[in-house]
Amino acid sequence: MRLSVGNSVARKDGIGKATGAARYADDIVFPGMLHGRTIRSTIPRGTIKSIRLDFDTTGFTVVDYRDVPATNAVDLIAQDQPFLVEREVRHMAEPILLLAHENREALNAANVIIEYDEEEPLFDPEESTLSFKNIDIVKGDVDQALASAEIVVEGTYRTGHQEHVYIEPNGVIAVPEEGGMAIYGSVQCPFYVIKALRCLLGSAHPNVRVIQTETGGGFGGKEEYPSMISGHAVLLALKSGRPVKIIYDRAEDMVATTKRHPSIVRHRTGVTREGRLVAMDIDVLMDGGAYVTLSPTVLSRGCIHAAGPYRCDNVHIRGRTMFTNTPPNGAFRGFGAPQTEFAVEVHMDRIAEQLGIDPVELRRINALRPGDTTATGQTLRADCSATMVLDEAVKRTDFSRKRKEWRGTNRAIGLSLFYHGAGFTGAGERNLKSKARLDLTPTGVRIAVGSTEIGQGTRTMHAQIVSDALGIPYENVEVAQPDTSKVADSGPTVASRTCMVVGKILEECALEMKEKLAGETIDEFYKHYGPISVERMYEPPEWIKWDDASYRGDAYATFGWGCDVAELEMDRDTFEVRPIKLTAVQEFGRPIHPALARGQIEGGTAQGLGYALLEHVVMKNGAMANGQLTNYTIATTLDMPEIDVVMMENPYPGGPFGAKGVGELPMDGPAPAVVNALRTLGLDIREVPATPELLAARAKPA
Amino acid sequence: MKFTLNGKTTEVSSHPMARLLDVLREECGLTGTKEGCGEGECGACTVLIDGEAVCSCLVPLAQVDGSDILTIEGLGDDHPLQHHFMNEVGAQCGICTPGMIMAAVTLGPEPTLDDVKTALAGNLCRCTGYSAIYRAVMKWRGMPAPDAGGSAAIA
Repeated sequence: MRLSVGNSVARKDGIGKATGAARYADDIVFPGMLHGRTIRSTIPRGTIKSIRLDFDTTGFTVVDYRDVPATNAVDLIAQDQPFLVEREVRHMAEPILLLAHENREALNAANVIIEYDEEEPLFDPEESTLSFKNIDIVKGDVDQALASAEIVVEGTYRTGHQEHVYIEPNGVIAVPEEGGMAIYGSVQCPFYVIKALRCLLGSAHPNVRVIQTETGGGFGGKEEYPSMISGHAVLLALKSGRPVKIIYDRAEDMVATTKRHPSIVRHRTGVTREGRLVAMDIDVLMDGGAYVTLSPTVLSRGCIHAAGPYRCDNVHIRGRTMFTNTPPNGAFRGFGAPQTEFAVEVHMDRIAEQLGIDPVELRRINALRPGDTTATGQTLRADCSATMVLDEAVKRTDFSRKRKEWRGTNRAIGLSLFYHGAGFTGAGERNLKSKARLDLTPTGVRIAVGSTEIGQGTRTMHAQIVSDALGIPYENVEVAQPDTSKVADSGPTVASRTCMVVGKILEECALEMKEKLAGETIDEFYKHYGPISVERMYEPPEWIKWDDASYRGDAYATFGWGCDVAELEMDRDTFEVRPIKLTAVQEFGRPIHPALARGQIEGGTAQGLGYALLEHVVMKNGAMANGQLTNYTIATTLDMPEIDVVMMENPYPGGPFGAKGVGELPMDGPAPAVVNALRTLGLDIREVPATPELLAARAKPA
Repeated sequence: MKFTLNGKTTEVSSHPMARLLDVLREECGLTGTKEGCGEGECGACTVLIDGEAVCSCLVPLAQVDGSDILTIEGLGDDHPLQHHFMNEVGAQCGICTPGMIMAAVTLGPEPTLDDVKTALAGNLCRCTGYSAIYRAVMKWRGMPAPDAGGSAAIA
């Protein structure tokens, strides 16, 4: 039989997405459905004095915090963020009141007047004294190594917010049903929503289920925020007894929901004259926003990746993520690593410059190799490919020749070397206890997992893995729509884990199913025994050891490796930067579906280029001032250069068919590659986005 | 208000200032046309009005009285361009895809890659980085697809 893994088989989504037949949250209508709207704070910090409904409330459902059945807190890492403000406002656009009405115009016309006692807001994370999480990673003796280093290079690097801009804004529908409530929505993690709703509703409303509708992009932006909006829809549905749909418009989505954490990263690095790293002292600061949400784990991943893919015996990484009076920052593709890898990669080019050695050579000297240990003390195995991707990228782009020949012109070339840990950090996968299930059907099997298809190809890639492991045609593998009452909780669809971790459990389910079939055809077996199921739980490799207290051990079961080369041109009058070509050489085990994997790299690279050059969140008085696609710009067809993708293979034995995760890796590389290219034009840039305004300011003679 | 919608004469009763996007989605029940931004920036709501690609979120109903409107549903479910979009993974999350396809069908024969980029410049995609979309459109028009990129190597 033709093997499915390794081939770009037809997507399971079928033709629906191209015909308009696929149903997203806003495409679904229930009889008697109301529309919901969120009334939000218009100050960044203070207390509510009074709320007045300045409209005829006939036909309206109005909900405030007093309507919460159990706990007014979104249950994430902490339970500090209320679904609805009770008294204290901590950030702009914080939800205070909910309205529902069957007529959208009447709903939008309703005017609510809120009076506040305003307080002085805190916007600067460096001035904040409240840290949601501190991290300390220690390897060797940095102070001593720095004191005796031949050369010490210091630098501070900054990254701004980044908005997800999934083209489908957040949206859900809460539908009262026999004995409970169903939530249909655009969500990445249906079981996160369930957890949040259990906390909100308590034991009086045990029967809630979440059904993922077709989802128009996520990128992390629909990891935690859907818990909030689902809670709101449920509160309105409970009070009105009718289905309630809440769909954010673009402006509300951009102003109110999460963004990538801004960061300030300081490096102090000791090197020998020959370019060997002997000490890396790194301080990572992130702006968490007004509530904890996922900031501790974002900081964690950021810190673990902060020393880059380099070996160094003496490393000290300190991290903190600070409270500010701004909307909470959250999960976004890369999850802290794009920030810290930007810093270390720009820093590496500055070290090369100071030493007068080639940046490629500096990386070659220090790149991690199998047997080396990372900052957390993890010994890398054979699936470490830093030098392989570096060598390939340099050769393929003729890097050294271009670098030399383009000196003094408006053309520039720069590179970045990076890695990204796949799956949850440390003991995370062990604690998650993810499950996957296969149900036998009369003609094949059905995959029943909570992992969501958000564009990346979950359904397709999972079906390929099951098809090959079970030895049945790809077409005979169905994939159930995630409905928390019907599928196994395979954990959240995040952290580049859906292929590597959930795919692995499915592979094991398929092998067990094959054993049960004992040579009988599915057709015969089904006739004899009916619709049997196989459910299994994820077992991380036994060698993974992690100590959360000391932050030491095997942070990730494996890493993906990448080297990006950016070629660009800059107009020296307008400081507009035009990327010409981006070469992305990436190793992520083995692609299950090459076209999907390529799509992850091309798309992640586009987001990374936007992060580098275009995507500037302007914050004014604690809120995004450019919360529109008119003035927050993502790359269009005319902004994107050619992307040359090279997928290299170095299988990870613990992944299905050798696969690692690929979702986030491509996001880490473009920004430092671009900024390192700009450096050769004489621009000492240490932050992104590198807008023309920033470049012009830096180019001014001192 | 009367117009031709996907080849059929259609009469609607929405307010003349209603957005064409809402009329299509809600009164006509054609939800293939998507809303991404509501300000004409993302192109997810692209439809053809008298053969021209237009953001339907910016068009008041009154303006299309007597016009000929084509939405993604008007292409049917077996249009070759639709198949190329799925085969080349030009659709990932799919929310921009109907608008992208409606913008792309306006392309004449034998477009260059630059023609394709220009035709799609008003349509944002956050998933693909556009490369797979170019491959889909060029293949549909029988043009050599831009390089599908690199090689695979085994360590």
